[in-house]
Amino acid sequence: MDFKMNRRDFIRAVGAGGAAAALSACGTAPQGPRRRTDVVVIGGGPGGATAAKYLRRFDPGLQVTLVEPAATYYTCFASNWVLGGMIGMDDIAQTYGALQDQHGVRVVQERVVAIEADARRVRLAGGESLPYTKLVVAPGMEFRYDTVEGYGPGVEGDIPHAWKAGEQTRILRDQLRAMEDGGVFVIVPPGNPYRCPPGPYERASLVAHYFKAEKPRSKVLILDRKEGFSKQGLFMDGWRKYYGDMIEWVPASGGGLVDHIDARTREVFTESGFTRHRADVLNVIPSQKAGRIAQEAGLTDDSGWCPVDQLTFRSRVDGDIYVIGDSSIAGAMPKSGHSANTQGKTAAAAIVREMSGEDMLALSTVNTCYSLVAPDYGISVAAVYRYQDGEIAKVPGSGGLSAADAPDYVRRLEARYAQGWYDSITDDSWG
Amino acid sequence: MKRMHLFAATITLAAATLGMTTAVQAQVSRGALMATTCFACHGTDGRSPGTMPSIYGYPPEIMMHQLKAFRDGTRPATVMDRHATGYTDEEIRLMAEYLSTL
Ligand SMILES: Cc1cc2nc3c(=O)[nH]c(=O)nc-3n(C[C@H](O)[C@H](O)[C@H](O)COP(=O)(O)OP(=O)(O)OC[C@H]3O[C@@H](n4cnc5c(N)ncnc54)[C@H](O)[C@@H]3O)c2cc1C
Repeated sequence: MDFKMNRRDFIRAVGAGGAAAALSACGTAPQGPRRRTDVVVIGGGPGGATAAKYLRRFDPGLQVTLVEPAATYYTCFASNWVLGGMIGMDDIAQTYGALQDQHGVRVVQERVVAIEADARRVRLAGGESLPYTKLVVAPGMEFRYDTVEGYGPGVEGDIPHAWKAGEQTRILRDQLRAMEDGGVFVIVPPGNPYRCPPGPYERASLVAHYFKAEKPRSKVLILDRKEGFSKQGLFMDGWRKYYGDMIEWVPASGGGLVDHIDARTREVFTESGFTRHRADVLNVIPSQKAGRIAQEAGLTDDSGWCPVDQLTFRSRVDGDIYVIGDSSIAGAMPKSGHSANTQGKTAAAAIVREMSGEDMLALSTVNTCYSLVAPDYGISVAAVYRYQDGEIAKVPGSGGLSAADAPDYVRRLEARYAQGWYDSITDDSWG
Repeated sequence: MKRMHLFAATITLAAATLGMTTAVQAQVSRGALMATTCFACHGTDGRSPGTMPSIYGYPPEIMMHQLKAFRDGTRPATVMDRHATGYTDEEIRLMAEYLSTL
């Protein structure tokens, strides 16, 4: 174990008076009293919650305030399991009690409406302002509504995206339940880069699982603007094995590129509008950009996402602001809950080390994305990442996909671990 | 030089007397920071609340041996083989030593 203490820990260990006495006995004097420091965290998803918890773990002397408008956070991860009828909405609900009571984070149930970077404070919807020394911005993502004509916030209640979990998940689940046998469920996945690359295809799998049991004459049609997708071979093998030809995936070049939709009739037009598909349940997942508050604060670049120093996650726009999770540009790391969790820890360590005058340590971290093709058939993609030459890159030779020829018991084990992963990461972020 | 020594001795004494804070700094050491990535799947401090194996409190030699066995494929795995190949001997040692203190 590294046994290394800096002046601040030392002062905390022996008490300020004792430290001064001890230090003067050695002929060294402290460089002035320790300033009160505050970190404000915007957003209580896996990124922000983890950052808040680990800031307090790394330095229990820090005052940390987490601002999140919702009292309950519904995880997107495992929300496809709800659509598949495997679990209920309560099973994906997370709350902020442990952060507040066990970890000493001050949780403010509010929305940040402005980041006033010059004054180093954030303004809340209720009018109050919170000053900060360091600010962590973790607002997730926002949709680009200009990619599919006819889709926008006004129709979300009828045509759910269900890409932010909660009410949207419930709407889509209820529509699937109400659908007649023989119906068609159409998924329109987003363009790259987006939150959870394998997510739309896990969704197709688990809705097919539900159909197979309850509505076996129904179909899942994926109209994609891409030419391929994450874990494609593994998904397609599993689809053949479990669902025959129930799931059809159409790549852009095969006519999958959606031109526009008619929200009223649930019709989807592809190939410049020449081909029409009628959906009984329609799920449009628009392309994405960084969360709105990050856009408004000017933390984004032309790509719509936030450039950061990938060692510390410090914003390239403002040195007192750190951007983590889906909103950030994090090199080779995917936009996932696992990445957001890891980035929360990284930013927390960077902030604590910076405040004690230490350089940041080089990052080395992992990501695993589990997907269920069926309740007892799990697959995964994993990678180890390292900060190298100014960005986060995959470590050559590490990571990869579940084996293509793995026996069924391995798929079963991975399905169990997918559940175990959920229990652990939610505990590590909010517990 | 002498002053440095005295300073270090005072710290050790203070920390030992009060039995605190060493963990605080340790958690931001390289081994600690690397090991926090394990917690996402294996639970905070390596204490798993679900079906993932817990990984805290193993003697470092055993943890190092297991991670290297995952890396060279002698221990079968679902995903740990794909992770262990991303770490050097030195990194495995730092993480194993840290995890053993939890
Ligand atoms: C169907 C689906 C399945 C998925 N499965 C997996 C999976 O298996 N594994 C995995 O690792 N990832 C998965 N993901 C991805 C994962 O959910 C996201 O990558 C992750 O939630 C990103 O975390 P975040 O903290 O950056 O943002 P979010 O989770 O979006 O959290 C942002 C929070 O910020 C709050 N907020 C926004 N603006 C403000 C403001 N102005 N003031 C205050 N608060 C604000 C929001 O209310 C929200 O709670 C999945 C996603 C989907 C859609």
